[in-house]
Amino acid sequence: MHELPITQGILDTAVSAAQQAGTHRILAIDLAIGGLSGVVDDSVQFYFDILSQGTLAEGATLRFRRLPATATCLDCGATFAAIPPLAPACPACGSPALRVEGGREFYVESIDIDDDDSG
Amino acid sequence: MTTIAVEQRILNANDQIAAQNRADLDAAGALAVNVMASPGAGKTSLILATAARLPADVRPAVIEGDLASRIDADAMTAAGIDVVQINTGGSCHLDAPMVRTALPELLAGRPDLLFIENVGNLICTAEFALGSHLNLVVASAPEGHDKPYKYPGMFAAADAVVLNKADVLAVFDFDLPFFRRGLAMVNPHAPLFVLSCRTGDGLDAWVAWLLAQRDRK
Repeated sequence: MHELPITQGILDTAVSAAQQAGTHRILAIDLAIGGLSGVVDDSVQFYFDILSQGTLAEGATLRFRRLPATATCLDCGATFAAIPPLAPACPACGSPALRVEGGREFYVESIDIDDDDSG
Repeated sequence: MTTIAVEQRILNANDQIAAQNRADLDAAGALAVNVMASPGAGKTSLILATAARLPADVRPAVIEGDLASRIDADAMTAAGIDVVQINTGGSCHLDAPMVRTALPELLAGRPDLLFIENVGNLICTAEFALGSHLNLVVASAPEGHDKPYKYPGMFAAADAVVLNKADVLAVFDFDLPFFRRGLAMVNPHAPLFVLSCRTGDGLDAWVAWLLAQRDRK
């Protein structure tokens, strides 16, 4: 359910940036989404295709850049991608003393716009 | 084709209203706590048990977020606590505009502490800023000790974590050290309060910490 307001947020952010640039058509939207956020790409795309109808983002491609969280072992220093459900121990040395950072990013990075009408 | 950098939070519109909520809360002198948990972890019980232990000069108020119904709001009213019920109509989280509709009525009562009981959901509630000062995540013994590993985003967003139903940890083979390690992994700074709203054990430490946050503000 939460993908609906999130998708609306993506659409509003992109359309607002496109209007400032004076274009009439958005070709693609690049998103950066942290690996610990509960956002399902396919679900966002599904809502986007409906919500964007009749807007200047209609037909735009959504590109998701997943930013994985990183786990660091406090004992041996090994680092590895932290993907939920998180591993309870370091794969290198077995220590349970781990620190997970990042993975909570959630923003529109950029949009590709059509130059033909950007006057 | 031209690429334009945007670099803007997806929920920017919500964030802006959350900032207005925060300003109103600050102006009214109220500390707001966003209470997040799975359904049944004990959010309502924790708010009631906390309110019952507040000093006489600390006035609580509550915003109840639910998909539907007033069951939790009625429990607050029965306890003599000012409450506004928000029915999200199917939405799985509260957002800043919903909280904004409830603030004028509640702040008119000059509360010192505002508990915002979010919809029971460990997936997305933390993504939607409300303007609250503190994010509280409530876990409970029956849910199991693996919750920080399975929902790291929620636990990473917490300013404090309560583990409720501590009186039945053994019944559920709840591995408390494992839970602690999982929490420390994603959030080494959030204090953990192990307590039972049923027996009252551990509540005093939680209430003392909460009051200290209010004094620090």
